[in-house]
Amino acid sequence: MLSNSSMRTPLGRVRGLGSAKSGTGHFWLQRVTAVANVILTIGFLCVVLSLIGKPYGAAIATLAKPHVAILMLLFVVSGAVHMRLGMQVVIEDYVHHEGLKILAVMANTFFAIAVGAACAFALLKISFGG
Amino acid sequence: MAEFNLPQNSRLTEGKAWPKPAGAKKVTEFKIYRWNPDDTANPRTDTYYVDRDDCGPMVLDALIWIKNKVDPTLTFRRSCREGICGSCAMNMDGKNGLACTTGIDECGARGKVAIYPLPHMPVVKDLVPDLTRFYAQHASIEPWLKTTTPAPEKEWKQAKDDREKLDGLYECILCACCSTSCPSYWWNGDRYLGPAALLQAYRWLIDSRDEATGERLDNLEDPFRLYRCHTIMNCANACPKGLNPAKAIAEVKKMMVARQV
Repeated sequence: MLSNSSMRTPLGRVRGLGSAKSGTGHFWLQRVTAVANVILTIGFLCVVLSLIGKPYGAAIATLAKPHVAILMLLFVVSGAVHMRLGMQVVIEDYVHHEGLKILAVMANTFFAIAVGAACAFALLKISFGG
Repeated sequence: MAEFNLPQNSRLTEGKAWPKPAGAKKVTEFKIYRWNPDDTANPRTDTYYVDRDDCGPMVLDALIWIKNKVDPTLTFRRSCREGICGSCAMNMDGKNGLACTTGIDECGARGKVAIYPLPHMPVVKDLVPDLTRFYAQHASIEPWLKTTTPAPEKEWKQAKDDREKLDGLYECILCACCSTSCPSYWWNGDRYLGPAALLQAYRWLIDSRDEATGERLDNLEDPFRLYRCHTIMNCANACPKGLNPAKAIAEVKKMMVARQV
């Protein structure tokens, strides 16, 4: 890694490894999923509210309907992607130890994928009548 | 991890309380951060009492009064005393600003005026912060007109409405009030350029005469240099010139998206 010695010039230290030439994709996807989440959360709440007081069988039947299942799947995917992006920003903000940061960013990705996959699997299982 | 406690040798101690001016009718208490690199003592806050009938209305007037009449060792930067040089930027009553344009009565809400150097910068002495990195960050955005077209015989022409786009940007005096009020800059100031440098970056990005816009955007496109800004808005709140660095940064992000979407 580059030296951060006080003998380096201040400009050399500020320029560091140069620009990563990325970051806009991350920023834009966070905004896109944020907008998607607003719409999908409304749909998600409508489904949940419509199930209040209904028996287990009715809940399963509702979740098995194609348009409900697709809505729920999109909600899970958009939510998991947004969660991963947002948490990564928090980690980059506050975790300054390089090794720890890479571990945390990696664990964050694994966690988001695992949560997303588990939810998607449950939805598909219900939807396909397993 | 982010550090939430000051290192042992930076923790504040209670300093000296200087005597009240004899015979003064209207007195204001000042608690001022002191640190001297020439001894091994921790920083301290000294208490001074300023005779308001013998002193001008601004915080800088009080500091100069203290230096002249009470304690000549009190160290701070000042020059123009009218808000154009940016030298006397400091933290007064918990808010960054220029001592020369901040009234004593504006910041005595708690009965006394607390004065510290700009937050989260290395301290040279007392109220003087080390702004070396801040200036290097400004230099890194290359704040000058860059063109490939040979220079015209007279001036580079600019439409009136294009010139107006620079209003609210060119007035920055590089006092560092905004950058040192930004939590993102506190935590990641080594990689995040900070609101002042980014406001100046936008000043050159939006200049219709400049021919290096793409190159400038390439230089900023980085998860840390630009995207550490989370629109906290402390910068706009702190700026003593009434500028809005957060808006300028948002405009830079819009330009980044515009060239991709």
